[in-house]
Amino acid sequence: MTKKTGAEILWECLVREGVEVVFGLPGGAIMPVYDAMLYYPIHHVLVRHEQGAAHMADGYARASGKVGVAMATSGPGATNLVTGIATAMMDSSPIVCITGQVHAHLIGGDAFQETDVTGITLPITKHNFLVTRAEEVADVVREAFYIARSGRPGPVLIDICKNAQVEEVEYSYPEEVSLPGYLPPTHAPMEDLKRAAELIEQSERPVILAGHGVMMSDAMEALSVFATKTQTPVAMTLLGLGSFPASDPLNLGMMGMHGEAYCNLAIQNADLLLAFGMRFDDRVTANLRTYAPRARKIHIEIDPSEVHKNVEVDVPLVGDLNTVLTDLIPLVDEYDHEEWRSEIEEWRGESQARDIMTWPDDGKLYTAHAIRDLWEVTNGEAIITTGVGQHQMWAAQYYHFEKPNRMITSGGAGTMGFGLPATIGAWFAKPDEEVWLVDGDGSFQMTQAELSTAMQEGANIKIAIMNNRFLGMVRQWQEFFFESRYSGTPLSCPDFVMIAEAHGIPARKVTEPGEVLPAIEFARQTDGPVVIEFQVEKEEAVYPMVPTGADLDKMIRRPIRNEPTAAD
Amino acid sequence: MQLTLIALVENKPGVLNRVASLFRRRNFNIESLNVGRTEKADISRMTIVLENGNVDARKVEANLYKLVNVIDVQDVTNQPAVTRDLALIKVSATSEQRAEIANLASIFRARIVDVAPDSVIVEITGTEDKIEGLVELLSPLGILEMVRTGQVAMMRGSASGVRYAPGANGSKDLEKVTN
Ligand SMILES: Cc1ncc(C[n+]2csc(CCOP(=O)(O)OP(=O)(O)O)c2C)c(N)n1
Repeated sequence: MTKKTGAEILWECLVREGVEVVFGLPGGAIMPVYDAMLYYPIHHVLVRHEQGAAHMADGYARASGKVGVAMATSGPGATNLVTGIATAMMDSSPIVCITGQVHAHLIGGDAFQETDVTGITLPITKHNFLVTRAEEVADVVREAFYIARSGRPGPVLIDICKNAQVEEVEYSYPEEVSLPGYLPPTHAPMEDLKRAAELIEQSERPVILAGHGVMMSDAMEALSVFATKTQTPVAMTLLGLGSFPASDPLNLGMMGMHGEAYCNLAIQNADLLLAFGMRFDDRVTANLRTYAPRARKIHIEIDPSEVHKNVEVDVPLVGDLNTVLTDLIPLVDEYDHEEWRSEIEEWRGESQARDIMTWPDDGKLYTAHAIRDLWEVTNGEAIITTGVGQHQMWAAQYYHFEKPNRMITSGGAGTMGFGLPATIGAWFAKPDEEVWLVDGDGSFQMTQAELSTAMQEGANIKIAIMNNRFLGMVRQWQEFFFESRYSGTPLSCPDFVMIAEAHGIPARKVTEPGEVLPAIEFARQTDGPVVIEFQVEKEEAVYPMVPTGADLDKMIRRPIRNEPTAAD
Repeated sequence: MQLTLIALVENKPGVLNRVASLFRRRNFNIESLNVGRTEKADISRMTIVLENGNVDARKVEANLYKLVNVIDVQDVTNQPAVTRDLALIKVSATSEQRAEIANLASIFRARIVDVAPDSVIVEITGTEDKIEGLVELLSPLGILEMVRTGQVAMMRGSASGVRYAPGANGSKDLEKVTN
């Protein structure tokens, strides 16, 4: 036993958890922690706004599969984390946020920069802790990391009072966590597995719905084995992209509001849905009353509260997806489903005729085309991060992911401004991989300040800003549902090239299709951060689109167009 | 219809707040919620009564298990359980009316625990129905104040309530946890 301060114990435990990098910004209530930091082998990334710290930790977690760590001072520092924590909560991303708090004896007295952070974050964390004594630090850090990454992962917040940072106590590393109320499920019962196998046996038109859970449970291999053995087509959620290789013939691409038309048709016509680590979000089901009306449903899910939440299922299998799938595979036979697959292939053919990629070159710059080029050049292997809006949907549609954990995007919360900081975080997780941010002009400006962070860290990230001078997705809704009254959506932007250059970051502007590939090449050849501003078409719409509340197969489709019309 | 659930939770600061916050967020309507100590120092026990408008007990259980500090949940609705509520009812009473109140109280096995010149306090323990019954009869006399503890519940004998997904909390070794 040795005596250490609470702050030292904190760093000691972070090192033991394998933490290599912490994203944060100091202030009065966390200064003892920052002071002790200097003596530990953990890199600190200074952010420009604490929201960025939470998103960086999130991006780091999603790219690495490890827990990301964000740090902030009390009061406004901590409240600035809130959007990032809510984003991580909605997408089940494992992050640990550490905030300073005023001295324990001052709590409740409205001291300077005192905010009830555990109260504020109660509904947006998986769990949170208020630490009032140095003795508690080690156990709490241990528990926080365990809770964040196990079961259904999620954000955990530790609020540490200033006195607990400076007090000296005997320290020994806690070898065990004691959480009597917390035991994430693993295996599903055998009788339920058998029941699932029966439904699979009886099915002629099955579809797998693969969600984020596939990657969080590391079940890519099991998914592939299951799909291949049973010849079941695989549809993916936005966050599930990459869980199954895009080039596999069984891949149906993305489902839902902006999903592939043939994918949504397959779901609506299925007689069995196999939901793997997904939660039937309204963006993927559309109208619940008419959702997959003829399909029986098997739901493999680690969080029992997700079962029957939005969609009543026939066989819930509560457990760890990889474990449950591995148990299920030997119970199912091999199938062919040739008729079903060829029916889907017909729908696929029809969908592709409407694809923007079939448009002849009309000299205009479309976001979808630029993303398609980026996909080709990077062999579909880059890590892609996004903001929220049209560019995000085009990235999901036209960047075909071969590998997992490469689509890093805010799905459940749809947080604009997630992109740039998440990109920086992802780069810290995978410094040797190609990391591209595909962002919108609106989203980018929300956390643009983190360009200085990228510069200070020399982050080798490539930033593609799709500048349509609109809050594009909202403009699209206005076009479709509000008779094109563009209220609050036209956006003046700074010259993003100058913004980048002011940071010492090399940049290019692209205004026509011929400049796309050279600009991408320039970015790839240049070390460190690079910004490419694409001046894209202002009023292009994302298709297909299922309007809110409509049936999943009642999509607004892109008009078929083979010749540029006079209006162009 | 109401749902009655028993939850064993870790006896730590803020746990009640977590449960209340969860119910608010999920739009579950709490009819009454009672928390107290148990035979084990580190475990508290909640009896939760909910209006089952849009929820069923399985859903409540699954959501409670999302809370790290919740150890065990049982649904005792329509189960062989003893449920009790305690009420203190202050009734305005002239000296002539006291006898009538005492009479009513004794029919309900309630007690008069305080007598003032113009009021009495009646204490009654029992099921919801029984208490409602007495309240109805006392009302015409003028109820000045009433306080109720909310229900507490305990299964009879060695039976336990319904656990929908014991697997929800893994292969939780209840013995180990609660002993
Ligand atoms: C923080 C936040 N505020 C508002 C919204 C609502 N919203 C959704 S998409 C969108 C437009 C995004 O514009 P931009 O980033 O330029 O992308 P584009 O759609 O043009 O590709 C808005 C405002 C949001 N998702 N997040």
